[in-house]
Amino acid sequence: MTPGLGIHGVSYSYGAKAALSEVALEVPKGRFCALLGPNGAGKSTLFSLLTRLFTTRTGRITVAGQDLARAPRAALARMGVVFQQPTLDLDLTVRRNLLYFAALHGIGGREAEARTAEALERLGMAERAAEPVRALNGGHRRRMELARALIHRPEVLLLDEPTVGLDAAARAAITAHVHDLADQGLAVLWATHLTDEVRDSDQLAILHRGRLLADGITRDLRGDEPLREMFLRLTGAEA
Amino acid sequence: MIWWLAFRAILHREALRFLGQRGRLVAALVRPLVWLLVFAAGFRAALGLSIIPPYQTYITYEIYITPGLCGMICLFNGMQSSLSLVYDREMGSMRLLLTAPLPRWWLLLAKVTAGAMISLLQCAAFLAIAAGVGIHMPWQGYIVAIPAILLAGLMLGALGLMLSSFIRQLENFAGVMNFVIFPMFFLSSALYPLWKMKEASPLLAQICAVNPFTHAVELIRFALYLQPNLAAAGWVLLALMVFGAAALWGYDPARGMQARKGS
Repeated sequence: MTPGLGIHGVSYSYGAKAALSEVALEVPKGRFCALLGPNGAGKSTLFSLLTRLFTTRTGRITVAGQDLARAPRAALARMGVVFQQPTLDLDLTVRRNLLYFAALHGIGGREAEARTAEALERLGMAERAAEPVRALNGGHRRRMELARALIHRPEVLLLDEPTVGLDAAARAAITAHVHDLADQGLAVLWATHLTDEVRDSDQLAILHRGRLLADGITRDLRGDEPLREMFLRLTGAEA
Repeated sequence: MIWWLAFRAILHREALRFLGQRGRLVAALVRPLVWLLVFAAGFRAALGLSIIPPYQTYITYEIYITPGLCGMICLFNGMQSSLSLVYDREMGSMRLLLTAPLPRWWLLLAKVTAGAMISLLQCAAFLAIAAGVGIHMPWQGYIVAIPAILLAGLMLGALGLMLSSFIRQLENFAGVMNFVIFPMFFLSSALYPLWKMKEASPLLAQICAVNPFTHAVELIRFALYLQPNLAAAGWVLLALMVFGAAALWGYDPARGMQARKGS
């Protein structure tokens, strides 16, 4: 397995309240891992730790072999993130937004122009480069967030509930698109609470109350039980 | 070089955003202009000003408060741009900024510098309008004031950044107005010279004298009249370092943002 994302014994608490306890998860390159958990399971805390919004002294996180605590810049450079919150500036053009993200990762000049053009081409949005983001619909904005997260060609892609607020068609399209990206060699961690975004061949990690309840290939984990039933059984049993 | 590339991009983005929103420029100018054209006109009769440095002659009240209003522009901008970071609207772009593969202090410095640059643009527009209604400074003063306004903008931006990392309650602008902007503005030399304040209350005058905003205003005032004011510059620089260090500590991933728990 080529190292993608490694989470080793990570714990975190807000004061006395434990949000994550001893979470361990390995996502190799070329794998789509769905992080499934109900609201409040600790997904957002885990994402904040993974993106170094804050750090913990318990446990270790590695991104393509780089330790996030010891070499944060090398690790962040290999990571692309789609946040739950929008990051695009609505008043700037599509192209301007992408150039800004490229520059934050040290890509400028002709290289940035080329990558922006390429990203827009891939999204089928080349002709909309000069429009302000405000003119785009929700699905297109999400796709742009994805293009934005990929512009520095990361090895690991993190997505925090990326389909929130999208209609069924846009949701299916973006889910399929990210599965393709995993097939092309990216390590993908996709946080969600929606079981229908998970495929049988995906890796599945179920997070509940800060603990990892299951980790494996979805097909093996669920057996004959529908995923939805299993998810409710696992997360409901402790309630 | 990636550091410089990112720095320039952050400044560029802020400038484009500012220039793209005409409404924001107008709104930013209306506030000091109301003070200058309405408040000052009504107030000039009530307040007699003697000759105090850097002025060499009797001045009108409008002339007196113009540097203070430049300070006000920097104050509002510093609070607005930094605190907008904690509102949901900007949460995503702040997170994105903090995941750029650069040291956090550098990214925050770029953010604060961008805010100071916007303050400078607004002050320039404000001073131009003021000149249009007959409130002139020596022309060289406008040039000398540029670094003074930038320094004041950096200091107040760092203050906003510090507040945004520490104080959870300040998540709406009204709170910031009441507890930060108004006290800082009124307890300063922006609207009245300190000697005038001392006549009313020595204690209040002392509070004004330690308020870093007073020194920001005096720095701009003296610069506009081409006079050095090293004490004010030193105070502003000191405040910038203290607020900046506190902001960096607040945004340290090992503590900082954890105070504002996500779900």
